[in-house]
Amino acid sequence: MFEDLQLGGIVVSTIRNAPVLIFAAMAGLFAERSGVIDLALEGKMLASAFASAAVAFSTQNVWYGVAAGLAVSAAIALIQGFVSITQKGNQLVGGIAINIAMSGLTFVLAEYFFHQGGQTPNLGEIRLAEIILPGTEALKGIPFLGWFYGSVLGGHTILVYLAFALIPLVHWVLYHSRFGLRLRACGENPHAADAAGVSVERTRYLAMFIAGVLCSFSGAYISIIQSGFFLRDMTAGAGYLALTAMVFGNWRPAYTAIGCVMFGFFSAVQIQIEGVDLPVVGRIPGSLIQMIPYVVTVIVLAGLMAKSVAPKAIGRPFVKSR
Amino acid sequence: MKTTELPRWASGFVLPLLNLLTALVIAGLVIKLLGESPVESLQILISNSLMLEHLGYTLFYATTFIFTGLSVSVAMKAGLFNIGTEGQMYIGGLGLTVAMLAFDASLPAILLIPAAILGSMLFGALWAFLPGYLQAKRGSHIVVTTIMFNFIAASLMNFVIVKYLIPEGEQNPSSRPFADSGSMPRLGEWIPQFADAPLNLGFLLALAALALYGIVVWRSPWGYKLRATGLNPNAAHYAGVSISRMIIVAMLISGALAGLAAVNSIMGSTHYLSISFPAGAGFIGIAVALMGRQHPVGILLSSVLFGALIQGGGELSFQKPAIPPETFIFIQGLIILFCGAMENLYGPALLKLLNSRKG
Repeated sequence: MFEDLQLGGIVVSTIRNAPVLIFAAMAGLFAERSGVIDLALEGKMLASAFASAAVAFSTQNVWYGVAAGLAVSAAIALIQGFVSITQKGNQLVGGIAINIAMSGLTFVLAEYFFHQGGQTPNLGEIRLAEIILPGTEALKGIPFLGWFYGSVLGGHTILVYLAFALIPLVHWVLYHSRFGLRLRACGENPHAADAAGVSVERTRYLAMFIAGVLCSFSGAYISIIQSGFFLRDMTAGAGYLALTAMVFGNWRPAYTAIGCVMFGFFSAVQIQIEGVDLPVVGRIPGSLIQMIPYVVTVIVLAGLMAKSVAPKAIGRPFVKSR
Repeated sequence: MKTTELPRWASGFVLPLLNLLTALVIAGLVIKLLGESPVESLQILISNSLMLEHLGYTLFYATTFIFTGLSVSVAMKAGLFNIGTEGQMYIGGLGLTVAMLAFDASLPAILLIPAAILGSMLFGALWAFLPGYLQAKRGSHIVVTTIMFNFIAASLMNFVIVKYLIPEGEQNPSSRPFADSGSMPRLGEWIPQFADAPLNLGFLLALAALALYGIVVWRSPWGYKLRATGLNPNAAHYAGVSISRMIIVAMLISGALAGLAAVNSIMGSTHYLSISFPAGAGFIGIAVALMGRQHPVGILLSSVLFGALIQGGGELSFQKPAIPPETFIFIQGLIILFCGAMENLYGPALLKLLNSRKG
C-alpha cells in the first residue's frame, strides 16, 4: 500500500504546494489584521500569475516577470485599498468584484498578446533553477538521509525557502515591531489607535500594499515555477483556500502557516490517492479530499475544535470621530 | 437650504447610473485596446439584447438573476451577507434533479414541475440552514461559513455527479436529460415573438416573487421584524424579536430563493444537471441586490441589465471575434466594483452640485 502511495512523493509535493498558500495567507494576514477584509487574494494572485508569466516570456528573464507580477498585484491592492479605505465601500463586494474582473481581464489580455487560447507560451528553459545543496551527490547513496537532504531540505526553488522564511518574519513584524502593534490596533480598535496618534488610513494602506507584494509571489510561483505558463483561472480557488487557512489559523501567522502546510498536504494526497484502492475504504474520490480543508475550517469556526476569532474592526471602514 | 444628504432620486438613480457609466467607459477603453469601436460594440450589444427578438433571452437570464438577487436581498435585510447563494443554487439544482430522476417517468407535468420546484427550494434552503444556524447559535461569521459552503458544495456536487449521476457509457459530467414533461412551459407558446427563447413561466414566478418580497418585507409584521433585526439587532431583541430565529428563517428563505434560480436555468433551458451550472449567477445576485438597493423595482432593473449584458455580450463576441466572451466577465466585475463597492464615488460631488444650484 505504501509503495502505491509514495509517501516520500507526498512529503516533497506538500513542501512545493505550501508556498502558494503561505504567500497569499501571509498577505491576507497583513490586510485583515489591519481591519480590511481581503477577499481579493484570488484576483491579485491571478493577475500576478499572468503578468509574471507574460513578462518573463517576453523578456526571457524570470526576475523581470516576478517584478511585473509584484507591480500589478501591488497596484490592485492599492485600488482595493482605495475602495475599502478612502471610499469606505463594501469590502466584501470590492474583493469579489476584483476577482471576477481579473478572471476575465487576464484571459482577454493573454489572448490579445499571445493568441494561444488565453495561455501564455511555455517558459521552457528559463524557469527558475532548483537549488541543489552542496554535498547532495555525496549523500545520495545513504537511505533516507540522502533523500531528506537532497529532496526535502534541498532541491527547491528560492521562492520555496522565501515562503518558509516569511512565517517567522511575519510573526515578528506583527507581534514584536512597532508597525505591527499599530497595525493590529487599527484592526482591533481603530479609534484607540487614532487617539494614540496613529493614522488608521495610512496604516491600512501600507498593510494593503504589503499584502499586494506578498500575494504577487504566490501568483508568480503558480505560473512561473509550478507550470511555466499562464492558464485561464489557474489559481483555481487557491486564494480562497489561503483565506480559509487564515481563518483556520485564527488570524495568527504560525497557526495559519500550519493550516497552509496541512492544506498543501491534502492536495498532495489527493493527487497521489486518485485511483488507488485503499484497504477498508476502497477508492476515495479526489473531490471528497478537496472538501476537507473547508469542512475542518467550518468545524473550527463552529467552535467545536478551537475558537477562531476575527479582528474586531474587520470589514468596517474607519470614520474619524469629531 | 443646504442638505447633507442626497435626495432619493439622486442616490437611487443618478449615482448608480453614473457608476454604471464609469464602468462602461473603462470597458470601452478595453474594447478600444482590442481594436474594435466601443460605440459600435455598444450598439450591437444593445440591439442584440433589448430588441424584441432577443428580449426573450435577456429576460430568461434576468429571471435567474432576479431569484439570486432576491436571495441575497432577503438575507441582507436581516443584516446577513449571504455569499453562499451560488452554492445554494448549485445544491438546489441537486434537489431538483433528485425529484426529476425519481418522478419524471411517472408523474404528469402538472405534478412533476411543482415537485421539482419544491425539491430545489428544499435543498437550497437546507444548504443555507447550517451557515444560518452557526451564525445564530455559535456566532460563526456568515460570510466566512458561506464561502466555505460554496466550496464544499462545488466538491460535493462534483463527487455526486461523477459518481452517481452520469448515465452509463457517457463521459460528460452531467445527469441524464429529464423527460419533456419536466420542462417549464415557455412563454413563446403564447407570445410568438419569444418563440425560440428559453423564457418560461419562471419569469412570471420571478415577478410574483418580487411583488411578494416587497409586500412581505415592507407591509407585514414579519417583514418589520426582519428589517429591525437587520438595522439594529439589539433594539429588535429588546422589542421581543428572537434574533437567532430571524437569522435562521431569513437564511432558509434566502436558500429557497437560490433554489428557484436553479429551476429557471435547468428546467427552462438545459433540462439536465451539469457541473458548475450556476456559472457565477449567485455572485451576480450580490451585485443585483446592491445595485437595486434591495428594492423590488431596483432588483428587477439591475437583473435585466445583467441579463442584457450576458445576452448582448454573447452576440457581440460572436460577431466580433476580437472581443472574446471573457471580456464580459471583466465588465461584470467592473460593474460590481463601481455599483456595489464604490456606490458613493460621485456622492460628494453631486451633493456639492445640488447645494450650489440652490444657492
